[in-house]
This record gives sequence, structure tokens and C-alpha cells, in this order.
Amino acid sequence: MADIKELERIASQVRRDIIRQVYLCQSGHPGGSLGNADLLTALYFEVMENDPSFNMEGKGEDIFLLSNGHISPVFYSVLAHRGYFPVKELATFRQINSRVQGHPTTHEGLPGIRISSGSLGQGPSVACGMALAKRMNGDDKTIFVLTGDGEQQEGQIWEAALFAPHNKLENLVLIIDDNGQQIDGPTEEVLRLGSFEDKYKAFGWDVMNMDGNNMAETVKVLKEAQAKRNGKPTCIVMKTEMGQGVDFMVGTHHWHGKAPSEEQTKIALAQLEETLGDF
Amino acid sequence: MLSLDKLQSTGKKATRDGFGAGLKAAGDKHDNVIMLTADLRGSMKSEDFINTYPDRFIQCGISEANMIGVAAGLATSGKIPMTTTFANFSTGRVYDQIRQSIAYSDKNVKICASHAGLTLGEDGATHQILEDIGMMRMLPGMTVINPCDYNQTKAAVQAIADYHGPVYLRFGRPSWPIFIPEDQEFVIGKALHLNEGADVSIFATGHLVWKAVEAARELEAEGISVDLINIHTIKPLDEAAVIASAKKTGAVVSCEEHNKYGGLGSAIAECLSKNAPTFQEYVATDDTFGESGKAEELLEKYGLGVKDIVAAAKRAIARK
Ligand SMILES: Cc1ncc(C[n+]2csc(CCOP(=O)(O)OP(=O)(O)O)c2C)c(N)n1
Ligand SMILES: [Mg+2]
Repeated sequence: MADIKELERIASQVRRDIIRQVYLCQSGHPGGSLGNADLLTALYFEVMENDPSFNMEGKGEDIFLLSNGHISPVFYSVLAHRGYFPVKELATFRQINSRVQGHPTTHEGLPGIRISSGSLGQGPSVACGMALAKRMNGDDKTIFVLTGDGEQQEGQIWEAALFAPHNKLENLVLIIDDNGQQIDGPTEEVLRLGSFEDKYKAFGWDVMNMDGNNMAETVKVLKEAQAKRNGKPTCIVMKTEMGQGVDFMVGTHHWHGKAPSEEQTKIALAQLEETLGDF
Repeated sequence: MLSLDKLQSTGKKATRDGFGAGLKAAGDKHDNVIMLTADLRGSMKSEDFINTYPDRFIQCGISEANMIGVAAGLATSGKIPMTTTFANFSTGRVYDQIRQSIAYSDKNVKICASHAGLTLGEDGATHQILEDIGMMRMLPGMTVINPCDYNQTKAAVQAIADYHGPVYLRFGRPSWPIFIPEDQEFVIGKALHLNEGADVSIFATGHLVWKAVEAARELEAEGISVDLINIHTIKPLDEAAVIASAKKTGAVVSCEEHNKYGGLGSAIAECLSKNAPTFQEYVATDDTFGESGKAEELLEKYGLGVKDIVAAAKRAIARK
């Protein structure tokens, strides 16, 4: 049984790390990162079989790919606390000569990263390739890939959406961060996405829903998706709040890609318990 | 005639601010100028145009390929569409859409690309395109322009709206010295002579023009006379200006915030090897991706600073 309280404690530290990384370099994307802190914590600390000693191929491991690379602060914090690289390296986020790049990359050899992302819309295709390879290799583990909801506006997303069911990629789980926000405003105003559930069902996927800011539900749904093998890929439509955990950042696109001031940082950190020690 | 002493910084603004100002002016003049964006409206500094002409602003969402196609369609029906997003998503992301629907189809679309090059800064290599001038220069019929400051960008936007044909307009994110006179005429395809000199030709485009001005001042202080030429239009290249300068000085330096392959340096080398073979030094990135960091730190690290231009000029002269 998952220790939900413990996972929530980890997620609180991850949220602190997000704020502090973005504050230190005065750059980066806190909103989406905060919203996905529960998901990434659940995946790496509870759901996925994953080995922090890290090898690129990940044989016999579950794999996570971050397609919406701009939420790198949450990814880095979770990887570091899971033991992929030293937590103190988070202090170098977005600074020159760092492995902790603005967007995740394999280029500097940071353990835990398997594909560079930042240009949106490409992750699901890469995930399809990895899911195919796992099947070819007789490896029954699962590929998880996360995209933003705004990111779903990219055409390539829908090429992968056709490809995965056609190829019966039952070991593939696509998670959509349905926070209703993107850079220029609410997705509803920028370019309406309609029902992800209807769309993905029509394309031949199994669709599940979850509240990605409810740890118990997140763990439960992820495990169900992970265990499922019925010839179809799975799409999880995950409701989150952009900025979840920091009251003045919640539910608005304004914190998509903006760093808090010193004063705002203080207020934010006061709302997030330090549980594992700050970097 | 401009000269180094006249090229003083009168303040700082981003070239993308110049884009926004130029777009508004072009929109005032041509009621068929349409702005499109792909979820990066705020980054394009175009609120003035959007608020004045809300019906001529089209939000495409994060769908760059679709945006290029929609622009080609608008152009077919007599509009002057200006697509806007970051330079990477304006070019590499949609190369075939540009190639087929715009360039090969002879469409009057202006591809307006911000955040080009290393000076985009902290977002890092995924966003710092250093290959776009090369890609766009390869397309038959495409005009390629990389203005150097706020004033030149503002003038360039108006010039491309007046001109009929596909254009790639490349500009950037950081606040940057403004030094080109506000009333300086912008002529597509015509090099701008910034300083008359005899010992070395420095050809520069984009943000590096200001670095080249500073380098030229240092060189002149050391008694080296610099023929400084701003190549804002990389295609069509002002071959006459390049050849005349190279013949005069016999030593050439090219400066650009771009890979050494495919960009301004390549364009100049192609021209000179055919017409006036001259030793050339490249101030450009050395076939590498960029990384996160502050704009100035990155220019320094990747060899695009003032001292790199000074050193390149001395190397070029030494080879005469
Ligand atoms: C191909 C591409 N186009 C544009 C961008 C610029 N960009 C970065 S994040 C973003 C918005 C993403 O929205 P969403 O996926 O909903 O993420 P959220 O804002 O919710 O974190 C945009 C347009 C990009 N990184 N890649
Ligand atoms: Mg979103």
C-alpha cells in the first residue's frame, strides 16, 4: 500500500524546490511545474519501477518522458530527490555551464533524461518508439509520457494519437495535464481543445480521468493504467491547477513562465513545508 | 554617410520591440497586414497593433505548421500575413510547410521570428536556433533579413510590408543598444556602410553589429582602419558592396549570431570565392548547440564577443 502522507511530504519539498530554482535564476516556468508535482512524485516514488543509477535504455524499467519540457523544475527536483543526481545541483538551474538546462536535455548527460524536450508536441511520438522497442525486446514495462493541454494543439500529437492504437501500444500511457491554461491565456480562449476524452476514444484509446492534485487518486489511477494490457494505449486526462500549492499562483496563466520576486518567494515558501531539506 | 563617432547608443530596447512598433506602422499603412501568432502573443511586443486592429490578429494556438498554411491561404487571397513565433518554431519546425506552401507557391508571407540565437538566454539550446539563416537562405525566392537594433527592425518591418514576396525576418529577445539613426532609410538588399576604412572589412548582421561597432572602435584606437558594413539583408546579398570592400582591404571578418555554416559568413565566402577571393575569419558559433545562461555570458563563452571580433580582425590582417 502506498504511503500517501509520505508522498505528499515529498511533493511539498518538490514544490519548494520549484519556487527556489525559478527564483534563483529569475527565469523558468513555475505554474505548470507546481501543478505536476504530485504526478511526478507519484510516478518516481511509488508507481514506476525505476533505477536512479540510470542507463539510457532502461531495460526492465518503467520509463517517463516529459514532452512539455518547460516544466523542467519539477522534473529536476523529483529526479534529484530520487537519487539520479545530487540535489545541490538544482542551484545551477538555467545558469551557464550547468547540466540542469532550461529545458531537459540529454546533451549535457544529466542522469534521468532520455530525450531533449522544449519544442512542444514531440514527446508522444518518441514514447511510441520506446513502447514499440519494449515490445520488440520482450520487456513488459510501461512508458509514461506527459504533455501539456496547450501542447495538444500541435499536429504531431495527433499523428502519434493515430499511430499508438494502430500499433496496439498497450504499454503506453499518455498523460495530458488538463490545467486549462497556456501562455497567452485559457486554452478555451487561445484555441479550444474540446473533449480530450471524446477525441482519444474516437482515435481508439482507452481514456481514464483523474485529479492530478489528489495524491491518493493519482497513485490509484496510474497503477491501473500501468497494469492494463488490453491491446489499447491509455490516455489519462489529468485535471490539475496551474500553480497548485501557492495561493497567488493558482489557476492563472500569469505564472506560466514568470519568476517570483524575493517578497513573493517568501510568501510562497511559507505555504510549502520543507520536508527533505532545501538544496 | 555614417561613421563610428556617429554610432552612439541612445538607449536600449529589444529588436522585438522594434518589430511591434514596425508592425503597427505597417498596419496603419496597409489595411491588409494581418498578424498571426502561435501562443506567443506577449513575446512579440505587438499589443499596439492587436489593440488597434483586433480583427487583423489571428491566434493560432500552439500549431505552427497550421499557422504557416493559414498564412499562405491568406496571402493567396490578397492579405499580407505576418506569422510570429520564436525563430526555432518559425523555421525548423515548419520548414516543409514554408518550402511548399510559401516559397514554392510564391506567397507574400512574412515570417517574423523573435528570440533567435544565443541571446534568447536561459531557455537554452532547444530554443536557441543557430541554423535558421542557413535554412531560410537555401529556399529559392526567400528574402532573409536580420536587423541589428530597435530602429532598424522597425524600419525593416515596414519595408517588408511594402515589398511583395516571401521574407524571413529574424530578430531577438534581449534589450539591446539602439544606435542606428531613427531616420536611416532601410532598403532591402542594400548593405549599410557604418564606417569607411582601409585595413580590414568587418561584415556584421543582427545583434553582433553593435559588438562589431565596439570592436571597430578598439581597432581604430590601435591604428587599424576598419571598413564596417552592416549586412541586414543576407539574401539577396549586396554583392557589389561585399566585393568592393574586400578588394579594398584584402581582409574580411564576418560576424553573426549563427552557426559558422550556412549563415552570413557562408554567404560572403560564396560571393568572394567567385569574385574576389579573400582570406576570411568567421565570428560565429563553432558548429555547436547553445545552452542556458545570460545573453552576454553566452556571447562571451561561444566566441561572439567584442574581443573575439578584434582578434579575428587581427588574424585576417595578418594573413594578407
Ligand atoms: C513548438 C513550440 N511552440 C511554442 C513553444 C512556446 N511555449 C512554451 S510553453 C507554451 C505553452 C504550453 O501550454 P501547455 O502545454 O498548456 O503548458 P502549461 O502552460 O499548462 O504549462 C508555449 C506556447 C514551444 N516551447 N514549442
Ligand atoms: Mg496547460
